[in-house]
Amino acid sequence: MEIVLVGLNHRTAPVEVRERLSFTLDQARRASDELRSKGILAETLVLSTCNRSEVYGVPPETSHECASGLSSFLSEFHSVRMDLLNGSLYHHYDREAVRHLFRVAAGLDSMMLGEAEILGQVRDAYRVAHEQGATGPVLNRLFQGALEVGKRVRSETELGTRPMSVASAGVKLAERIFGKLNERSALVLGAGTISEQVIAQLRDRGIARLYVMNRSRDRADGLAKQFGGEVVSWGEWERALPMPDVIVSSVAAEEVVLRREIVEQAMEERANRALFFMDLGLPRNIDSAVGKLYNVYLYNVDDLTEIVAQNRHARENEIPKADGIVEEHVGKFLSWQASVELVGLIHELRTRMREQRAQFIRARVESIKHLTDADRVQIEKLMDEMLEGLVLEPAQRLRGEKDVRRKIHNVEALRDLFLSNREKS
Amino acid sequence: MHYALFISTAVAYALSFALYLIFLNTGKVLTGRLGTLLLAVGLVTHYFALLERSRGLHTVPYHDLYGSMSLFGWLLALTYLGLELYHRQRSVGALVLPFILVFFVAAHLAPADRLSPPEAHGPSFALHVALSILAYSAFALSFVLSLVFLGEERLLRDHKLGDVVWRLPPLELLERMSRSSVLVGLVSITIGTALGFLWVDRLSSRYSFYDPKYAITLLVLLLYAAYFWLARTTAWRGARASKLCVFNFVIVFLSFTVVNFYLSHSHRYF
Repeated sequence: MEIVLVGLNHRTAPVEVRERLSFTLDQARRASDELRSKGILAETLVLSTCNRSEVYGVPPETSHECASGLSSFLSEFHSVRMDLLNGSLYHHYDREAVRHLFRVAAGLDSMMLGEAEILGQVRDAYRVAHEQGATGPVLNRLFQGALEVGKRVRSETELGTRPMSVASAGVKLAERIFGKLNERSALVLGAGTISEQVIAQLRDRGIARLYVMNRSRDRADGLAKQFGGEVVSWGEWERALPMPDVIVSSVAAEEVVLRREIVEQAMEERANRALFFMDLGLPRNIDSAVGKLYNVYLYNVDDLTEIVAQNRHARENEIPKADGIVEEHVGKFLSWQASVELVGLIHELRTRMREQRAQFIRARVESIKHLTDADRVQIEKLMDEMLEGLVLEPAQRLRGEKDVRRKIHNVEALRDLFLSNREKS
Repeated sequence: MHYALFISTAVAYALSFALYLIFLNTGKVLTGRLGTLLLAVGLVTHYFALLERSRGLHTVPYHDLYGSMSLFGWLLALTYLGLELYHRQRSVGALVLPFILVFFVAAHLAPADRLSPPEAHGPSFALHVALSILAYSAFALSFVLSLVFLGEERLLRDHKLGDVVWRLPPLELLERMSRSSVLVGLVSITIGTALGFLWVDRLSSRYSFYDPKYAITLLVLLLYAAYFWLARTTAWRGARASKLCVFNFVIVFLSFTVVNFYLSHSHRYF
């Protein structure tokens, strides 16, 4: 009942290799089926995101032998030469595999430390594999543990609370002023990539109304259509500025786009309701004097970059706490795994003892002539009681006492000790 | 029994404060909920402490400095809990609980008065006092909320976010909470003052009609009504309104202390 993991991620492989080894949903299902039908794995789960492709499994036999077969399978499945993968693939077994998955679910192994999306991706991968019937008791327990770790790390540490990109930092700052954005409106000046990122964040945070203003009407139309916004003609400041609560500017312009006087007038028209500006243009699009106006909050790209840097530092400080949660759950999982294996061992031991009892009776008791059938039944019954007593107490202690389970590190050694002569005899 | 109630109330408030503080630092929802729960426990034991003392001394809770301060603390806690539940925001708890604790403990440290039978009594008088103290506690709460608003607003404008800004309530929510609190105070003080005047009218043969407390209470009422109105206007919304709210509470504080102790002849402790 060992666990094996073979995969690659953003640390071990460049994007050219990662994209060749990534799985679509159908490919993940097909790979799971093939791995089980070829007997490489008994339980299997494929986790594929933009930064990682990993196959988790429980092999029918020994995991160390299975890992090379799994690597070859990945190479064949994606038609990628093995020598291309050699430096990129990592193999983890048992404790290391468990720890790796728990760190992944916690966001500790992500490119952006503490990112929230990975937990959803782990949940989806598990759901797909579970529905397909590719997981069994070990992977079910393992992935349920991983989801629990992910939730705990996010609720008990600050690893995922602070924004880590300029766009998300700006949107979170707007929430510091207005609260939830679902009754607010935003105006985005410019229709480039940065504008698109900010709009995606605003939509993600539930912004109620979205206005797009761009010199090129076509691009504004495209962006508005993509995100369900409304286009305002370039330069219609009197119409555009009094409406929104958040204004994002990312325009390629050599001169300031929004001067203090224009904003001052807009503030009067909007009865001084708070207005938040994100100036993401370089050179800056918004006159810095706008930040001095009453109830106006102005953040430029440097301000937001500094916030992101502070947040990254704050997140890094949370790593030991998150690692502590991971280790706690690794211990729990291994303890569970040991208990299951030990219960199996005791079951085998009991079967073995019964067989030996039967052999013993055949060899010794049946040759004693003066015993009646009733005597023989009585002897069998007494021997059964004695054997059950020998096995029952340790079995009960294993179920009830965690410490006993923790102390037994090597179930295979116990199996060798009590059951290895089975084949020899 | 009285001592046991005092200890349990103080412990409940202190633990609630600690949990609210942890919640402010870590954002752990469960910790925040426990903080609220302990505040509710403190409110219940505090109520019984007030009740038991009143029964023991055969007087109303507000008859001496102890009772008046303790009742103020209790109503402050009650108002805060109401606001927290209404606005579903508990980040301010860590900033309000110290005031509740201070008033509760200070009440016990206040010098013991020789109690004479209360001159004033009756349901309308009791309601007059209870509503007035409720108004003061609601104004105290709006004062704390306005201070938090001003601090957070300054940090946001200066781009000095630090760790705490991400945990505090949004500015507009703080404004709404402050306005809600002032509304509670305005309604209470209006009804409470009207009842007070009615009661004085009935006893006008025994008391001179004028008391400096009347003037300052009317001033407080007018100032908070002005805040309530101005907080939504173009020129005042935001930090200016919050500054006005802070100023208003300075007047309330003067009314509760200087006016009561040195100028008023019928409002010794409330």
